[in-house]
Amino acid sequence: MAIRKASRTRLIGALTAATVALALGACGGGDSDDVASDGTVTLEFAQWWAPELPAGSFDKIINEFQTANPTIKVKLLSGPYASTKQQLVTGAASKTLPDVVGLDGAWVNDFAKQGAIADLTELMGDANYDASQLASQIQLEGKTYMIPVVNFVYPLFVNQDLLTKAGVDKVPSTRTEFADAAKKITATGGNVKGWALPLDTAVPNGIQNDVMSWLWASGGSMLADGKPALTTPQVKSVVEYVKSLNDAGVIAEGSLTMKEQDKVEKFTTGQVGMMIDSLAHINLVKENAPDLKFAIAPVPAEDGFTGKRGIPYASWGIGVANSSKHKAEAFKLVQFLMDAKANAELATLANGFPGNKTAKPDFSKSDPMFEEAFKIYQEGFPANEFVGLPKSEDLMRSFDEQLQLVLTGKSSVDDALSKSQDSWSSVIE
Amino acid sequence: MTSLTVEKPPPAEPEAPTRTKNTLAKRLVPWGYLSPTVVLIVLLMVVPIIMVISYSFRDNVIVQENSVFAGFANYTEVLTDPDFLAALKNTFIFITVSMVAHLLLGLGFAMMLNSGMLSGVTKAIFRVVYVLPWLFTIAVIAVIWRLLLDPSGVVNYVLQTLGVISDGVNWLGDPGSALWVVTFVNIWSGYPFFMISLLAGLQGIPGELYEAASVDGANPWQKFWNVTIPQLRPVIISMAVLDLIWTSQQFALIWMMTGGGPLNSTEMLSTFTYKLAFSEYEFATASASAVVVLLLTMILAFFYVRQQRER
Repeated sequence: MAIRKASRTRLIGALTAATVALALGACGGGDSDDVASDGTVTLEFAQWWAPELPAGSFDKIINEFQTANPTIKVKLLSGPYASTKQQLVTGAASKTLPDVVGLDGAWVNDFAKQGAIADLTELMGDANYDASQLASQIQLEGKTYMIPVVNFVYPLFVNQDLLTKAGVDKVPSTRTEFADAAKKITATGGNVKGWALPLDTAVPNGIQNDVMSWLWASGGSMLADGKPALTTPQVKSVVEYVKSLNDAGVIAEGSLTMKEQDKVEKFTTGQVGMMIDSLAHINLVKENAPDLKFAIAPVPAEDGFTGKRGIPYASWGIGVANSSKHKAEAFKLVQFLMDAKANAELATLANGFPGNKTAKPDFSKSDPMFEEAFKIYQEGFPANEFVGLPKSEDLMRSFDEQLQLVLTGKSSVDDALSKSQDSWSSVIE
Repeated sequence: MTSLTVEKPPPAEPEAPTRTKNTLAKRLVPWGYLSPTVVLIVLLMVVPIIMVISYSFRDNVIVQENSVFAGFANYTEVLTDPDFLAALKNTFIFITVSMVAHLLLGLGFAMMLNSGMLSGVTKAIFRVVYVLPWLFTIAVIAVIWRLLLDPSGVVNYVLQTLGVISDGVNWLGDPGSALWVVTFVNIWSGYPFFMISLLAGLQGIPGELYEAASVDGANPWQKFWNVTIPQLRPVIISMAVLDLIWTSQQFALIWMMTGGGPLNSTEMLSTFTYKLAFSEYEFATASASAVVVLLLTMILAFFYVRQQRER
C-alpha cells in the first residue's frame, strides 16, 4: 500500500514537472539562444526563393556566405510564397520576424508602419555600404526598408502559331494592333480566345500585372503626388479598353475567378493567343509545351505613344527584422546577396534580372528569350506603383471588384473608378 | 504454563492531519493526471480565444503598439457591413443546403450498402466508390473541380455532347451559379462521412424490430419511417449539428475555388474574416467578425451538447 502510494506521489510529481516544463517551454519558446558558446551567430532567413530555384542551388549560395563569414550561420526557413507571406504577417504582428526576411514590395509599407522591419539606410550607413550599385530601393519617408534582389518583368507573351493562323504578321505593339490581333485569334474558333485576364479576388494581382500594366506601358500613373488618381483620362482609357476587349468577346471565359496559374495553363495549351506574364514562366511554358512557338514583346502602348514604356515587375526583395538582435550580421547577408557576383548568380538561377546594377547575369545557358527580355527591360523602365503602397493587396482587390462590376455590366466605368478612388483614398492618406 | 507477551503498540499518530493529507493528495491525483491536457487546452485554446475577444474590443491592434479601447465599435462596423451580411447569407445557404444534401445522400447510400439485396462483392465495390471523395484533401478537390468546371473543361464538354447545354457554361465565373457550384462540390466531398456514420447506425438496429414491423403488416416505407428513422435519430441529429459547425468553418475550398468571388457571390464568413485580417490588416475588426462566428457556432454547439446529454 505504501509502495503504491509512493509511486502515485512520484507519478503526480512527474506529471506536474512535465506540465510545468511544457508551460515554461511554450512561454519561453521565442527566447532560444542564437549565439553559440564560440560566438557564432545564427541568423534565421525566411523566404520563398529556395523552393522556386533549382534544388539545392540557394543552399550553395548561402554556404558561400557562411564560408566567407565563419562566425555567422544561416538557418533557411523556406516555404511557398503564400505561406511565407502568412508567416511574415503573423511574425510582424507578434514582433517575432526571422532576422532576415524575403519581402514583396507590396508588403513593405505595412511592415514598416508596424515597426517590424528595420531602416536599412541606417544599417547601410553603419556598414559604409555603397548604395549607388543598387538598381532600386524601396523607401518610405526617405528611409529604405527593402532592397530588390532579383526583378522579374512581365512582358507580353504571344503564341506565334495562333498569330500566323489568324493572319497577323506582326506582334502587336499598340492597343489597336492588340485588339485587332485578339479579335482575329478569337475568330479562328475552337474555343480559342485572344487574351487571358485573371481577376480572381483571392490573389488579386491580376490588377497589377494584367490591367495596370496597360497604363504603365503608356507612361501613365495611377497616383498623383503619392495620392490615388484613378479618375484620370489615362486610367479611364485603360478600363474602357479592357471593357471593349471583354465586349468584343476576345477574353477567355471565366476571367472573374481565373487565377494566374490558369492563365499560364490556357496559354500553354493554346487556348489563348496572348497573355501578360512573368518572364520566370518561360521555362514552365517550354517544359509543358515544348512545341509551342511563342515570342515576348513589350506590353502594347496607346497608339502614337513614343515615350519610354513602363514594364511591370515583381521582386524578390530583402529586409531585416527590427526585432533582430543581430542586425549588423543580418546586413552582412544582405550585402553578400547584393554583391555583383552572388547577385548575378542568383539572378541567373532565378531567370530574373539582378538588383545590383553592375551584376552581369549569365544568359549563355539560358533561353535566348531572357536576353531579349533583358533588352526590353533596359529599353523601358520597371514600373509597379503598388510597391510601397499600404494594404496594396486590398487596393488591388477593391479595384478588382469594381472592374468586375464594369465587365458584368453592373456599373459604368466612371462609377467604378469613382468608387475605387474613394476606397483607395481611405487607405492612402 | 505459557505466557503471552503482548507488545505495547506504539503511540498512535495524530489522525486528523494524516487524513487531511490523504484527502488532499487524493483530490490532487485527478488534477495531476489532467494537468498536461489542461495546460495544452489553456495555451492552445483558451488563451487565443481570450486574446481574440480582447482584440475585438480594441482598435488598431497588432499593427500599432498602442491600441486603444474601442468598446463595441468593431462589432457595429462588422454587423452593419453589407459584405458581412452578404457573407452571412451565403454561409447560411452553403451550410444548410450542404447539410441537407449530405444527410439525404449519406442516408441513401448507407441504406443501399446495408441492403440485403446486394451481394457482398457489389457492396464492397460501391463502398470503395462512395467513400472515394472523402479520401482527397481539400486542395486536390478544389484543383480537380476547377479543372472540370472550366468553361473549356470536361463538364461542359460532356453536357454539350449530350445536348444538355448548347454553349459552355461559366460555372464558377458566373455570380448566379458560383455559390451553388461550390455548395455542390462541398456536398460531393462531404457526404461519405455521413454515409459511414449512418451505415454504422443502420447496422446497429436490431433485426427483430423489422420482423415485428413485418408481423404488424408494415410496408417498406412504414418500416423506414417508423423503425429506421427513430432508431437513427440520435446519429442524424448529432451528424447534422456537427456538419453545420464544420461546414460553417469551411475556408480552404472556397478560397481555392473562387476566393469569395465573383462579385462576392461566394463570400463566406470565413473568407470575409480572412480578408479583413490578412489583406486589410484590420485585425480588430477581423477579431470582432471571428467572435460573431464563434457565438453563432456556440449556439450550434449548445444544441449538440444538449442532444448528447439527452442520449
